[in-house]
Amino acid sequence: MSQQRRRAVIAGVATSDYPYLPELTEHAVHGQAADRALADAGLALSDVDGLATAGFLPMYAVGVAEYLGVTPTYLDETNTGGSSFEVLVEHAAHAVEAGAAEVVLVSYGSVQLSQMGRRLGTGGGGGARMPGPAVHDALWGNTLVGNYAMAARRHMHEYGTSPEQLAAVAVTMRDHAALNPQAQYRDPITVDDILASRLVADPLHKLECCVISDGGAACVVTTAERAADLPKAPVYILGGAHASTHHLNLSAMPDLTSTAAAISGPAAFARAGITPGDVDVAQLYDSFTITVVLTVEDLGFCAKGEGGAFVESGGLGLGGPLPTNTDGGGLSACHPGMRGMFLIVEAVRQLRGECGPTQVPGARVAVAHGTGGMLSTGATLVLGSEAP
Amino acid sequence: MTDKPVTDKPVTEKPVTDKPGPQPAPPTDERPPKPRPAPVPDTDTAEYWGAARDGRLLIQRCTSCQKAQLYPRDRCRRCRGEVEWEEASGRATVYSFTVIRQNYQRPFRDWIPYVVALVDLEEGPRIMTNVVGCDPDLVHIGMPVRARFEAVSDDAGIALFEPSR
Repeated sequence: MSQQRRRAVIAGVATSDYPYLPELTEHAVHGQAADRALADAGLALSDVDGLATAGFLPMYAVGVAEYLGVTPTYLDETNTGGSSFEVLVEHAAHAVEAGAAEVVLVSYGSVQLSQMGRRLGTGGGGGARMPGPAVHDALWGNTLVGNYAMAARRHMHEYGTSPEQLAAVAVTMRDHAALNPQAQYRDPITVDDILASRLVADPLHKLECCVISDGGAACVVTTAERAADLPKAPVYILGGAHASTHHLNLSAMPDLTSTAAAISGPAAFARAGITPGDVDVAQLYDSFTITVVLTVEDLGFCAKGEGGAFVESGGLGLGGPLPTNTDGGGLSACHPGMRGMFLIVEAVRQLRGECGPTQVPGARVAVAHGTGGMLSTGATLVLGSEAP
Repeated sequence: MTDKPVTDKPVTEKPVTDKPGPQPAPPTDERPPKPRPAPVPDTDTAEYWGAARDGRLLIQRCTSCQKAQLYPRDRCRRCRGEVEWEEASGRATVYSFTVIRQNYQRPFRDWIPYVVALVDLEEGPRIMTNVVGCDPDLVHIGMPVRARFEAVSDDAGIALFEPSR
């Protein structure tokens, strides 16, 4: 028997079709992503003994397992909002390394666009009957966008971040989306286009808000030993960590310019034994332009307050110091509600060298960072093409 | 009727190429105005909402660490000490804010544009509110504001804020 410790890897990844799937149910999107990820891994549903997913109903993972016809002995449906899938993969890595599971399918599916239209993010104020403390921020007609707008306003006040700098994030994401045939929006846009689009919640313009899509994605977590017999080169889960600073009340966030990434990032990097300078490519949750500015600062890719200058100087672009969201991100490619799984899929594809025109040459270390709630949660995963 | 139209201002926005999926239904303004949502008091909050109904803003102060807090909880969020109610001055400063220009939910969509803000009370706690009684474009971070109250049900009121004079 081998004395080597079990080492968690991602053996298969896939996205479903996106961004518009009126012919599929939410669970069918799960199925399409899962089938493709398992095929990519050279495995079948019958190999799966663990299922991890997040949705908005209780016992969600149990329901997805039922739909897919699997009977897992490891189940996880931790929901931390948009960061859920980074947390679920971190958990899955612990599970396979501890021997609690062999093959964990981590799956996401959503038909947000087909079922709900474009309302996500711009409702709010009907929450007076929300249970518990969430009522305190639900009485003022604030919207999801409004929460991030207040963080943007505070960042501008404290650090002089400009509307043009925020807009630069969306310009870069669109540049990347132009190279992704599946992306929801592909026509190039300029800073002027963004600042001329209407304000949704000052200072955030429409083109600074993520798109609303249908879509799903999945990955297969197993051990390096199991992956040695599988078709694709394994991607190693080098380290993961997550944190929360508050729940849903933005009024409870200690500092609107410092997110949970400032906690989860350093912890994940330490577990992976890397520094921010070792990262070749990043997939960062881009719900709004400000989300990315805050995240690059909090993960340590630049100093606090310098995120605006970092993104404006092309820091996120292909060929820049931190090529980010190489598929076009949630701002242009696909954002079905909780985008975290897409970040992991794109990170793995980069580390395998599968990204064609957006491939970062020689990428060996990738970071996927999810942000959830009202800047409430952060989860960082460090992935690598080489065994640690 | 006096409500503003819900449609957005004309924009000179670059047309976005493809718009898949159902589009929002055209807004209708033929219904009577909808009242502000009213919180449902529970054992943590009944005192707080009830006081605001009577025109008073309460905070909680910990009998152990002496720190002030909102929103109301059964105990201190810092040390789990017991808390006592205390009347706040109603003076506050804008910590951050946004002008909401799109919200499909009534009554708020009838009030667009309006200001949602986080304000720091003189006593310390930070709360979310609406800044009212002035042009949204005049609101700024650091702006001094004071509470004014609106009854929203028989047992609850809320604290809105307006510029200090």
